Amino acid sequence: MSRMKLVLVGNGMAGIRTLEELLKAAPEQYDITVFGDEPHPNYNRIMLSPVLAGEQTVEQIILNGRDWYAAHGITLHTGKRVVKIDRTRRVVEADDGDGGKIIAGYDRLLLATGSKPFILPVPGADLEGVVGFRDIADVERMIEASTSHRHAVVIGGGLLGLEAANGLKARGMEVSVVHIAPWLLERQLDEPAARLLQQSLEAKGLKFLLEKQTAEILPASLSPSPSPEGGGEQRVGALRFKDGTEVPADLVVMAVGIRPNTALAESAGLLCNRGLVVTDTLQSATDPRIYAVGECVSHRGVAYGLVAPLFEQAKVCANHLAEHGVARYQGSLTSTKLKVTGIDLFSAGDFMGGQDTESLVFSDAAAGTYKKLVIKDNKLVGACIYGDTIDGTWYFDLLREGTDISQFRKTILFGQHHLGDSGHGPAERVAALPDTAEICGCNGVCKGTIVAAIRDLKLFTLDEVKAHTKASASCGSCTGLVEAVLAHTVGGNYSAAPSKKPLCKCTEHSHDDVIAAIRDQELKSMDAVFQALEWSTPDGCATCRPAVNYYLLARWPAEYQDDAQSRFINERAHGNIQKDGSFSVVPRMWGGLTNPRELRAIADVAEKFKVPEVKVTGGQRIDLFGVKKEDLPAMWKDLSDAGFVSGHAYGKALRTVKTCVGSQWCRFGTQDSTGLGVKLEQLTWGSWMPHKFKLAVSGCPRNCAEATIKDFGVVCVESGYELHVGGNGGIKVRVTDLLCRVETEAQVMEYCGAYTQLYREEAHYLERTAPWVERVGLNHIKAKIVDDAAGRAALYERFKFGQQFAQIDPWKERAEGTAAHEFQPIRIVANPVPA
Amino acid sequence: MNDWIPIASLEDIPRQGCRIVELEHDDMLNRIAVFRTVTDHIHAVRDKCPHRGGPLSQGIVHGGQVTCPLHSWKIDLASGEAVLPDKGCARTYATKVEGGRVYLRVAQA
Ligand code: SRM
Ligand SMILES: Cc1cc2nc3c(=O)[nH]c(=O)nc-3n(C[C@H](O)[C@H](O)[C@H](O)COP(=O)(O)OP(=O)(O)OC[C@H]3O[C@@H](n4cnc5c(N)ncnc54)[C@H](O)[C@@H]3O)c2cc1C
Ligand code: SF4
Ligand code: FES
Repeated sequence: MSRMKLVLVGNGMAGIRTLEELLKAAPEQYDITVFGDEPHPNYNRIMLSPVLAGEQTVEQIILNGRDWYAAHGITLHTGKRVVKIDRTRRVVEADDGDGGKIIAGYDRLLLATGSKPFILPVPGADLEGVVGFRDIADVERMIEASTSHRHAVVIGGGLLGLEAANGLKARGMEVSVVHIAPWLLERQLDEPAARLLQQSLEAKGLKFLLEKQTAEILPASLSPSPSPEGGGEQRVGALRFKDGTEVPADLVVMAVGIRPNTALAESAGLLCNRGLVVTDTLQSATDPRIYAVGECVSHRGVAYGLVAPLFEQAKVCANHLAEHGVARYQGSLTSTKLKVTGIDLFSAGDFMGGQDTESLVFSDAAAGTYKKLVIKDNKLVGACIYGDTIDGTWYFDLLREGTDISQFRKTILFGQHHLGDSGHGPAERVAALPDTAEICGCNGVCKGTIVAAIRDLKLFTLDEVKAHTKASASCGSCTGLVEAVLAHTVGGNYSAAPSKKPLCKCTEHSHDDVIAAIRDQELKSMDAVFQALEWSTPDGCATCRPAVNYYLLARWPAEYQDDAQSRFINERAHGNIQKDGSFSVVPRMWGGLTNPRELRAIADVAEKFKVPEVKVTGGQRIDLFGVKKEDLPAMWKDLSDAGFVSGHAYGKALRTVKTCVGSQWCRFGTQDSTGLGVKLEQLTWGSWMPHKFKLAVSGCPRNCAEATIKDFGVVCVESGYELHVGGNGGIKVRVTDLLCRVETEAQVMEYCGAYTQLYREEAHYLERTAPWVERVGLNHIKAKIVDDAAGRAALYERFKFGQQFAQIDPWKERAEGTAAHEFQPIRIVANPVPA
Repeated sequence: MNDWIPIASLEDIPRQGCRIVELEHDDMLNRIAVFRTVTDHIHAVRDKCPHRGGPLSQGIVHGGQVTCPLHSWKIDLASGEAVLPDKGCARTYATKVEGGRVYLRVAQA
């Protein structure tokens, strides 16, 4: 069977990324031919700035050498420009550079022709020494000029212009930047931030000519000598502005913008409108056999000029070329950084603000730092930071996810570490760290390992670094540092920014989409979900199956049959797996109360099953460590006979209810905190949750049960009970928010049940209450639990309904024989291998 | 040479699940994880993750892969190879299903 033919025009970043994704998804599907009009194999265009500055070489920025094309059987034509597409015969025609032609037929055509620098239409723009800043040839021309000439003028004070100016300065030229706007980077920075930037660039020796409009480029009048080749081309000598002033210039770099390179597409009759118009599947609007990605396309009216969104396009496009046909590209949010060593700036969203927004500003001109956050309806809509940019990623996440910031509005300017996150420092600190510094504490990954992986494996995104090095792949608290290392190593900003986060690689749908579909379309089985939402894998993966299983269970407690094979081992075996494959057993001890009979029963099983270690946990109960899996059911039987039920210390479920002694004994106690804790535990035990869930009840504001770092905490006071929510004492400590005060124990029970149910219905799987409360906002929770009495009662009813099915002790069931195969190996004693 | 060992009936192994076979011979205990995929394919793999020896039998089975319970490496059940970018290989054993019974062959070392 002959394979389909795919032709790629444009050997640049977006096109080749698409091929890489395609080869991953469907390595055998196409015979691939690539045309590129540059003489080089695919390289990292972003790194032209460091190449110009002399920090990297051209060899170092090659992404895929010729051997890569050969290894994948790709026919590569470099230095060959495609000049014609014949859509009826389905062939492309390229100039072979010697007056001949190369013809290639296609079944699918992928256009990734990038964009071209915009050259100002002023007299003299064609003089020798006037260049754009786009490709290796441009950089070579600039480097060449720097060796024999002195004055460089860069027209354009945007990102590209400043990087060019910085590079030329590093090459020893005297550089002036001409800019038409009143301040630099006006598309990324507001005026105060831009002034700080200008000051630090001036300190490096750059000159700025702001609010100047170029009228004419003048030839070098004193040396009108024709060039030796006899072409008679004259070199540039100066620049004249509208106001009549002039500056000397032996090199002029035009960095005033880019234009999508659509000439070829237009000549083929494809619809173009400031870019080749494509659909959400990245097919051209005119011809479905023709796909397009990169800077040459216009998607929903937007043409992107940064790699992160282009790589997203590449992924979706590859999915369709591979005929999986499930992905959609829905646009991207972008943020920017400048790659000038020693200068940190970050900007995203609507950083200028307007009439209906408010701005929070922090400015310390002496220290050279400036931060402005733009807020609308309690959400971050824009940010512009100069100086200390370590929190840029955090702000970008808040912005992208539309997080309600009202609870930490007062401290948001000071960054994420003010929310209790430790360990993040300024970006420079990351730069200064030695290679042996440990970045990821969970997986023991050092900075040097991450840097080497990024360099050697050409990684671009946080996800890739995670996959290859495991850094930040566990608890995630070092994500900021890893991103800082990434940004520092590769310079630019690569953090991909999908408009919504898919639940996992099997689907394009987000957690919220799945929750809504299960509810609204009344989906009641895993298969129904996978079908209705067009999962790309037959039976999901280890990420989505547990999530979907939970969502189904939470929505349809009476009907849905729990799927043991979609649970992590801890929940499937009802114990915590240890590093040696043994398990731990933690029986429930209601509110931390126990008695001699129970303690004796625990002592008995510990002896009978030779438990190697008995420990009092941080959750006021006893843990028996190192139990063999096969022994679990028998041990549970003994515990069950003594009246114990499972403590769910292994589950995304109610863990413990910590209590203090309270009014029963304590001279300060205001209410019976121990008794209330026991009642709350009896109400909530057994309930499956998006993540683990912990309660505590303290008898007075001295708070000995640490109720203000729990998912739901009660602090007893003389007049009743304070209810606190969204606390966490783990990786990132978060103190609770006060939900409300109530007067009776019955109310505590109702509010607790209703709040728990709201969390069960709305939070994303594996999202604890602390991040959930931050995401949806305390006001949302108050509206549903405190202000709406009927809604609260309904939530409480739904919670109690679900509990009928949840409060069946899993240990007792298994002691009686359920899922015996889980615990019993098949044992064969023989010598099956003939001697 | 008939070295196929009958180990269980197909029904004894849960779909998308696994049973551990403990094979004792020559005073050695060999723990082999026998998986059954959603499409009822049977694969036998040494119950030791190439990463840090985690019990693969305890992982979640999806498609033709299992995700290790300790640090989430994905192992291809047919080849025993870790899925890229992780690198490593767990030993595999031949299996067959005949008349609803599952057989395992532990090839000569
Ligand atoms: C046994 C215990 C430590 C002890 O010896 O005291 C423990 C042991 C583990 N904790 Fe814990 N945590 C224990 C109390 C805590 C506490 C203290 C508390 O509950 O008052 C905390 C901080 C409070 C909190 O959760 O807000 C705590 C925060 C964590 C975290 C971080 C959670 C977070 O949201 O940041 C993890 C990781 C996770 O869940 O992903 C974790 C995970 C674990 C795991 C399950 C690690 C794992 O995945 O294997 C440990 C299992 C050991 C085992 O096999 O039993 N453990 N863990 C405690 C059991 C309490 C119980 O009776 O059930
Ligand atoms: C100096 C510089 C610094 C940058 N810094 C950053 C940064 O920090 N962060 C960031 O996100 N982005 C940055 N960018 C932008 C980023 O490089 C581009 O967004 C990205 O390269 C666009 O990819 P593309 O595949 O669409 O186009 P390109 O990479 O330009 O690839 C298009 C290719 O097609 C070729 N071609 C065009 N027409 C034809 C034809 N008819 N026949 C054959 N070949 C053809 C072109 O020669 C070119 O090689 C920077 C760009 C430059 C120039
Ligand atoms: S018990 Fe908790 S703190 Fe201790 S090692 Fe395990 S996860 Fe870490
Ligand atoms: S032991 Fe299997 S992933 Fe670490």
